Amino acid sequence: MATVIPRIDVGDNYKEKYGFFDPEKFVFKAKRGLNADVVKEISWMKNEPEWMTKFRLRALQTFEKKEMPTWGADLSVIDFQNIYYYLKSTEKQGKTWDDVPADIKNTFDRLGVPQAERKFLAGVAAQYESEVVYHSLHKELESKGVIFTDTDSALRQYPDLFKEYFGTIIPPADNKLAALNSAVWSGGSFIYVPKGVKVEIPLQAYFRINAENMGQFERTLIICDEDSFVHYIEGCTAPIYTTDSLHSAVVEIIVKRGARCRYTTVQNWSTNVYNLVTKRAVAYGDATMEWVDGNLGSQITMKYPSIYLMEPGAKGDVLSVAFAGKGQHQDAGGKAVHVAPNTSSNIVSKSISKNGGRTSYRGLVKVYPGAKNSKSFVRCDALLLDEQSRSDTYPTTEVDEPQVRIGHEATVSKVSDEQLFYLQSRGITRAEAETMIVNGFIEPFTKELPIEYAVELNRLIQLEMIGSVG
Amino acid sequence: MALNSAAVGKLTEVMADFEIKDLRVSVEGREILKGVSLAVNKGEVHAVMGPNGSGKSTLSHTLMGHPNYKVLGGQVLFKGKDILTLPTEQRAKLGMFLALQYPVVVPGITMSNFLRTAINAKRGFDGKDKSKSINVKEFRALLKNEMSVLRMDDSFLSRYVNEGFSGGEKKRAEILQMAVLKPEIAILDETDSGLDIDSIKFVSDAVNKMRGPELGVLIITHYTRVLKFIKPDYVHVLVNGEFVRSGGPELADWLEAKGYSEWVKEPDKAPAALEAR
Ligand SMILES: Nc1ncnc2c1ncn2[C@@H]1O[C@H](COP(=O)(O)OP(=O)(O)OP(=O)(O)O)[C@@H](O)[C@H]1O
Ligand SMILES: [Mg+2]
Repeated sequence: MATVIPRIDVGDNYKEKYGFFDPEKFVFKAKRGLNADVVKEISWMKNEPEWMTKFRLRALQTFEKKEMPTWGADLSVIDFQNIYYYLKSTEKQGKTWDDVPADIKNTFDRLGVPQAERKFLAGVAAQYESEVVYHSLHKELESKGVIFTDTDSALRQYPDLFKEYFGTIIPPADNKLAALNSAVWSGGSFIYVPKGVKVEIPLQAYFRINAENMGQFERTLIICDEDSFVHYIEGCTAPIYTTDSLHSAVVEIIVKRGARCRYTTVQNWSTNVYNLVTKRAVAYGDATMEWVDGNLGSQITMKYPSIYLMEPGAKGDVLSVAFAGKGQHQDAGGKAVHVAPNTSSNIVSKSISKNGGRTSYRGLVKVYPGAKNSKSFVRCDALLLDEQSRSDTYPTTEVDEPQVRIGHEATVSKVSDEQLFYLQSRGITRAEAETMIVNGFIEPFTKELPIEYAVELNRLIQLEMIGSVG
Repeated sequence: MALNSAAVGKLTEVMADFEIKDLRVSVEGREILKGVSLAVNKGEVHAVMGPNGSGKSTLSHTLMGHPNYKVLGGQVLFKGKDILTLPTEQRAKLGMFLALQYPVVVPGITMSNFLRTAINAKRGFDGKDKSKSINVKEFRALLKNEMSVLRMDDSFLSRYVNEGFSGGEKKRAEILQMAVLKPEIAILDETDSGLDIDSIKFVSDAVNKMRGPELGVLIITHYTRVLKFIKPDYVHVLVNGEFVRSGGPELADWLEAKGYSEWVKEPDKAPAALEAR
């Protein structure tokens, strides 16, 4: 169904709506910078089992040994020693919003999280700095055996399940930033959906950075058991500071036979945040994994949600949108790895560049020998709003099996004078006409979102278009 | 007071509601309209006919402010303003409407979103004062009514603007926009081209329903068939960027019978021009 997007008030801007900050309060804050002592301290604060402390320390060594990726955006500006790696703002996690300290609750109120929870979510997690400060799940889902908790609690409460999967999809050595996350991870969501259980209403996590020079390293692990379904949505924002913050998450997903998982992101970081995220899913027989990934804001984003199609019938979709304004570089894309026969993947990437912003599509389609009758289709559409802006595509295809169908299409377009004239001739201002055209361009993405998020995304685009984003 | 009598005389001189005065326009550096004048009053229907490439769409686009058309001289007066200096959307808000000869596809924007945004824009809704925006009920009722006249079914509303529309569907959608925006001066650029016999009738019914003392229409067309349904008060012939003749409906019949080349050969045989208005 096509959504009717109401015209929205554009009077406020990023700063008022998302870019505000609270005075920094904490019960514990690790020293600035990164070393083995900081890592041990985080693990000690969390009272972790010894294996996790060791895991972290090994990951730190890997991080120190590995080179920064040089093929994507320019990351040389990140000073890893200038960042705070752990900040705990409150002693305990709330099960109701009244349990959450007033100023933090106030922040999430302003971001609309409790309101959304009342209206259309089955469970909510709210992470503030390093720790999840609030968590809820519908009783009915709990009684069906669904687990939705923060990843730290999961390590304590479900040690066996946790250990079986944690770090198996994205090992610390995968890349330098995955190693960093493995060393200092904190918070994130842990989801287990039992066999045959369909979670019909989405679960949502909201990630908020508040402190300056903060690093947020949440770690998410989702296990969809056979024939189950879950839709997980994450949102994220941060205040506007003049100095940089770092967000480097790791998300691992296992979608077992016949199950389906949809992971939706509507990211809206302030433009001082470096957002370097590793997301990967494995899909087994007849399972479906869908990444729906919206990237607005941030200084630099590097993110390529991946799907490993492990058994026949597995299916993977990556649908992403990136918007780069002045001084921003969105380096995003997707990877599909066909390991088994009769697997299919579909990657659709839409990017918009404005005011000298830069978007890159970077993707990989890999088909292993024997993955017969696999199908893959990649489509990248770029919309440039002015002459200074830039868009590139870097698609890589590695196909070692002759019996496959692989397609790739890429378009670059501009907002046309004819479209602008047509809309303006109906009384719509030029600025609004441009926004409409951009929203129309990303409609294939927007229509996959729950209506509330679709409205929100259109609103965010409107803010980007009038240039009031922090 | 005698000094003022000349000024008074000027003031009482009858001004048309919409007046094009000696309009000269170039496209890509080539002069296309070479001094065009036309006066349209509300309540009147004027037909403009002329050979391919004579400048009809240049006129319609210039009136609406398309950026590719450069005004070299002249004025277009509407509601006490020279609208040639106004941006396109202001002209629309002032009450002008253009049904395009080639309506444009806007991917991803539904007709209903488009129509609602346009109606709200016209009502001066700036995103804040909700009382100025059209409510869902009113919007539905308005569309239901107009769409039934045009024989368009509801499914059009959830389709993207002009995407995959047949030629005739696009033209009907243009008239739907006109119907909901209720302009005071409407320019229909070959709205009848590409319409089948039934569709011409539906479109004409819709336009005739809007006819009245509050609407002036300029119909650009190649065929008299549509003029049988929407009876014009005046017919003007544009050749090579100039109006060469104006007359009543009979001028259209004569043109259809003889063609423009006949007129160029023997202009005197055409029905007599009207008295200059
Ligand atoms: N954007 C443009 N670029 C170049 N030439 C143009 C452009 N628009 C119009 N012209 C030229 O101006 C002249 C008049 O064109 P116009 O579209 O006004 O004709 P018309 O009378 O509407 O013709 P038709 O009956 O075929 O619709 C033509 O020679 C056309 O090629
Ligand atoms: Mg024309």
